[in-house]
Amino acid sequence: MTNKTAPKLGLILLMAPLLIWLFALILLPHVDMFMLSITEKVAPRVYETGLGNYGEFFAEPLYWNTYARTAIMSILTTIVTLVIAFPVSYYIAKMLRGRMKAVLFVLCLLPFWVSELVRTFGWMILLRETGIISTFLQWAGLADQPIEMLYTDATIVVGLVYTSMLFMVVPLVTTLESLDDSYIEAGYDLGGNGFTVMREIVIPHAMPGIVSGCIVVFMLSLGNYLTPILLGGKDSLWFTEQIYAQFITRFNWEQGAAFGFLLLILSSLIVWGGLKLSRQTLSETMG
Amino acid sequence: MIPSIPQSRAFKGVYAAYISVFFLYLLIPLLVVAVFAFNDAMFPSLPWKGFTFDWFFSSTEPKLGIFHDSTIMEGIGVSLFVAFWVTVLSVFVGTCNAFLFERKNFPFKNFLYVLMILPLVIPGIILGISMLVFSNTVVNGVENVFGYEMEFLRPGLVLVILGQFSFITTIATLVISARLRKFDISLEEAALNLGASHLTAVRTITLPYLKPALFGAGIVAFLMSFENFNTTLMLVGSDAPLTITMFDRLKEGSTPALNAVSLLLMIVSAILAITSIFLQREKGQK
Repeated sequence: MTNKTAPKLGLILLMAPLLIWLFALILLPHVDMFMLSITEKVAPRVYETGLGNYGEFFAEPLYWNTYARTAIMSILTTIVTLVIAFPVSYYIAKMLRGRMKAVLFVLCLLPFWVSELVRTFGWMILLRETGIISTFLQWAGLADQPIEMLYTDATIVVGLVYTSMLFMVVPLVTTLESLDDSYIEAGYDLGGNGFTVMREIVIPHAMPGIVSGCIVVFMLSLGNYLTPILLGGKDSLWFTEQIYAQFITRFNWEQGAAFGFLLLILSSLIVWGGLKLSRQTLSETMG
Repeated sequence: MIPSIPQSRAFKGVYAAYISVFFLYLLIPLLVVAVFAFNDAMFPSLPWKGFTFDWFFSSTEPKLGIFHDSTIMEGIGVSLFVAFWVTVLSVFVGTCNAFLFERKNFPFKNFLYVLMILPLVIPGIILGISMLVFSNTVVNGVENVFGYEMEFLRPGLVLVILGQFSFITTIATLVISARLRKFDISLEEAALNLGASHLTAVRTITLPYLKPALFGAGIVAFLMSFENFNTTLMLVGSDAPLTITMFDRLKEGSTPALNAVSLLLMIVSAILAITSIFLQREKGQK
């Protein structure tokens, strides 16, 4: 490099978009949201700084019940997704070879290119009172009247599991593929059976994939709005609904900001905890 | 439990059956959405009342086809507009970021990298409300100090574009960085030795090499923007993108018109998905 100033200028030009993006669209908005969440309305047009909005959250059972319920159902969703996805990922990564493997993997991904709204709509058509499954059960003689399968907790979990599947299958297939078959063979040669080989070799090896899949699925379920509303109905009691209601319906932004922050804290804690448990960093997991 | 280990027949059978059930589970919801777009009835449910194209092409109520339904067509227009700008902005910034993180050294590099990844682990609805709150602060602040109202930062398309851009850029950056990392820097050095300026070298050597990744990132950004719901919901003004229009309709009760739009979306998504996979495969071969 003959010209020393040019790279410097280049660096500044390259950095400008990054800094503008991160500060103006990510950092400052979150700081501002936090400031708003510790602002209390004491009288019309009079505001004070304080933790009243967070106090309100703990004082009103509906709020923290919804919060806890959202967290628990998201954990449940994560577990169910993992249990369903693991054998499928293993099959794709280890049992199949060549073209068949590529085809099945793509087939796994394709549904997720379609909008979440469309996928949820599909479940509504299947599960509603006049839906396909209810009609089928009546036709088969297994039910003598229409069955409403929408608007239950189980329906919400079914929808969330469906929506999250991709984010579990991809990291699992990737980590399982990197496991050398000879380790599994060695496990059997040394007298292991299917169960012990799974427990001692395959699962420890797949742990990074399991963790990153679980983190993403949990976070997406926690922050989901569409699926709980459409499949769970008005009483689905999902925490994002509370946030939406405070912001848009009741126009109580201070309270909504506090709720938003509480959700962000929960989601970040889980991500952080998951990474700590598996001794990974955010850059490795996502990048 | 790999092909080289002998397994009982029953186990293999059960396993294969489980995999088949799994794929049925994946495909059935989409299949029913597609099929009922052609049902000649007012509701997307059984009984089947005959095959029709009315939900696409009919120009009369009550079976107004989607191509004559102005709210849906407007929704598609708004979504295309938003997706176009999100794609352009995020691929541009993503490319800058990729060069920055792969080629340069600067203070706080690791910190900024983590910060760059962060939007992926923030729930979309939080990104939406934080931006809503901040834009409101900015508008009010500017109005108090300068007496000028920044109308464009009120909930509406500008905010929707910024909100979606704020996390889609991370994805674009990751896709483009992954390819830039594999680039052999000596090719660029050869161009410099042959007398090209730095900018010419990047433009004629590096950017053409990055092309599949740029297109791939563009497709992903476009689709993610077109389908985004959570962030958009909080920032939307009077012009509603398609997902918001469809959501409002769905809450009121659905007609097969929604199936028809959905089928359209599926076809477009499938084409884009296959294009993107094709691009990636090409990338792998080089």
